[in-house]
Amino acid sequence: MSISTPQAEQILGHFGPFGGRFVPEALISALDELEAAHLSAQHDPAFQAQLMELHRSYTGRPSIVTEAARFAEHAGGVQILLKREDLNHTGSHKINNVLGQALLTKRMGKKRIIAETGAGQHGVASATAAALMGLECVVYMGEEDTKRQSLNVARMKLLGAEVIPVTQGSKTLKDAINEAMRDWVTNVETTHYLLGTVAGPHPFPTMVRDFHRIIGVEARAQVLELTGNLPDVVMACVGGGSNAIGIFHPFIDDADVRLIGLEAGGRGVETGLHAATITGGTKGVLHGTRSYVLQDANGQTIESHSISAGLDYPGVGPEHAYLHDIGRAEYRAITDDQAMAAFAIMCRTEGIIPAIETAHALAGAIQVGNELAQSGKKDSVILVNLSGRGDKDVQTAAEYFGIEL
Amino acid sequence: MSTALENLFEALKSQDRAALIGYIPSGFPSKEKCFEVIKAMVDGGVDAIEIGFPYSDPVMDGPIIQAAADISLKAGTGAADVFQTLAYATSLGVPAVVMTYWNPIERYGVAKFATELARNGGSGVITPDLTIEESTEWEQACAENGINRIYVVAPSTSEDRLPKVTSQCSGFVYAASLMGVTGTRTSVSSGAKDLVAKVRATTGTPVSVGLGVSTQNQAAEVAEYADGVIVGSAFIRLVLESADFATSLVEVRALAAELALGVRRKQA
Repeated sequence: MSISTPQAEQILGHFGPFGGRFVPEALISALDELEAAHLSAQHDPAFQAQLMELHRSYTGRPSIVTEAARFAEHAGGVQILLKREDLNHTGSHKINNVLGQALLTKRMGKKRIIAETGAGQHGVASATAAALMGLECVVYMGEEDTKRQSLNVARMKLLGAEVIPVTQGSKTLKDAINEAMRDWVTNVETTHYLLGTVAGPHPFPTMVRDFHRIIGVEARAQVLELTGNLPDVVMACVGGGSNAIGIFHPFIDDADVRLIGLEAGGRGVETGLHAATITGGTKGVLHGTRSYVLQDANGQTIESHSISAGLDYPGVGPEHAYLHDIGRAEYRAITDDQAMAAFAIMCRTEGIIPAIETAHALAGAIQVGNELAQSGKKDSVILVNLSGRGDKDVQTAAEYFGIEL
Repeated sequence: MSTALENLFEALKSQDRAALIGYIPSGFPSKEKCFEVIKAMVDGGVDAIEIGFPYSDPVMDGPIIQAAADISLKAGTGAADVFQTLAYATSLGVPAVVMTYWNPIERYGVAKFATELARNGGSGVITPDLTIEESTEWEQACAENGINRIYVVAPSTSEDRLPKVTSQCSGFVYAASLMGVTGTRTSVSSGAKDLVAKVRATTGTPVSVGLGVSTQNQAAEVAEYADGVIVGSAFIRLVLESADFATSLVEVRALAAELALGVRRKQA
């Protein structure tokens, strides 16, 4: 099985009117180099075999599919299947992309990687890959986030990475990306920017998607084997959108399969305190790509809000913007409270503590399951990407539910 | 018809000297005080003004310009303020351009931005994160309004690509002298001279060098081979760090005068 099937790409990384490259000229040669390395690696059986072997012996792939029968009782009694990316090494889907890009870094002869991180998951995954492959690793993290996620800061340091707190702007993920871009502009000859999601300038949205497609490729075959059919609905949470595009992409040509992305509605889209970029944003350019953005009348980025640090981003991958505009995928906003309710149900019905990011997808499954049941389609099958485990969120969840630590 | 900026470079050619271009973000340190800083720069001898449209996510800018942009954004600076600042600068008799990241233009309306820029006397726009591949609509808007499109080229720009970018530039080509973000530096990268030479091989359009110039000697050094010397962070730092605003105006004017001597030095 090939990890990714390169499709006929739109010209220069565009998805309809979205995507492209909006970056300083200084970065163009590095982006061209990366695009060429990615393309050649996609067609190089030796590279693919090396990555597959790493996934087998290090990541722990293929990840399993678990039927969540007791959880499904809360979702109208439809069949709920969970793609268990939480069981990957480092605890989330992020490792798929990180191992791929770390191999590409070595292929390009670079010895230093930089990464941005919000909750710390991508930073930990990057530090892990750097340790495994002997690369120098610097992680930019908003100062606010280093305080909220001190455990992950310690993990990165244990793995040998340098963590640089970012004090500019809102001191969160978007500013960590700005600072990583500034580092890259300065050190581009020796350094690869290991971007953690399907946003940013071309080739990142395409390349990161290709490294995560394995989620959907595996899940499609697993559901077919388990049920004899394709799922009726595929659901995933969307911040930047990497786990969602990974599981959606192999189903895009299956017209009967509904694809639903769940964005972070924070305290409610109507309050303005949210991170639901497609649901509540407008078209614009952020971090090198044209997509939906949370912005004001002057085109200044508006700070996002979510209980989930991993979804707390005012942009979204351009391919999601495109799938939304052509009507191939649906996007809904899930509030903090809805996500935490689903989080609690998953813990107590299945013995799985999900990441709070993932809990947004689970809340969506409860909504859609009940809608399907009410319209007489109780025999529907919903595949949910269980994108990460919730160990990192124990403190946030304990605070939310009033559990004393 | 040529822009005021093009006329400036044409006039300086006969004087055999480089232009001194001063940068300041609109709305910094406040809308009115920004006008006073511009006045001090021009009084000191700056030949053209580059007005920044402050943006929330400026990936090409170092800490000094970020700090200035933050102050301006907190005061709510928007497109209308940028255009008023532009009109003020041109009223002093110097050419003025706007430097802005792409999203504020797209949000304002691409055609409308070019129209308003021209209406307020602006000569052109420097777009540090707009690639030529994404420029179709912008190219048309600038052509219709007779304003200059100024792109930034870098030492890493490939030989194949360089003529594609420079052929799209008018007014001047912005040569980013080193790989990095804006800010003052103790020495101007030797790469600047090489880059200017490479640019000249592709176009007859004037070439201005930015990133890192803060002293008279640096200005003189760059003026030896470039048509324009761009100074931003050094002026902004004076305003950020001075004990009081009146003092900083004196310092800005003095720095401008020193730099103006620098760009004229090779005649001596």
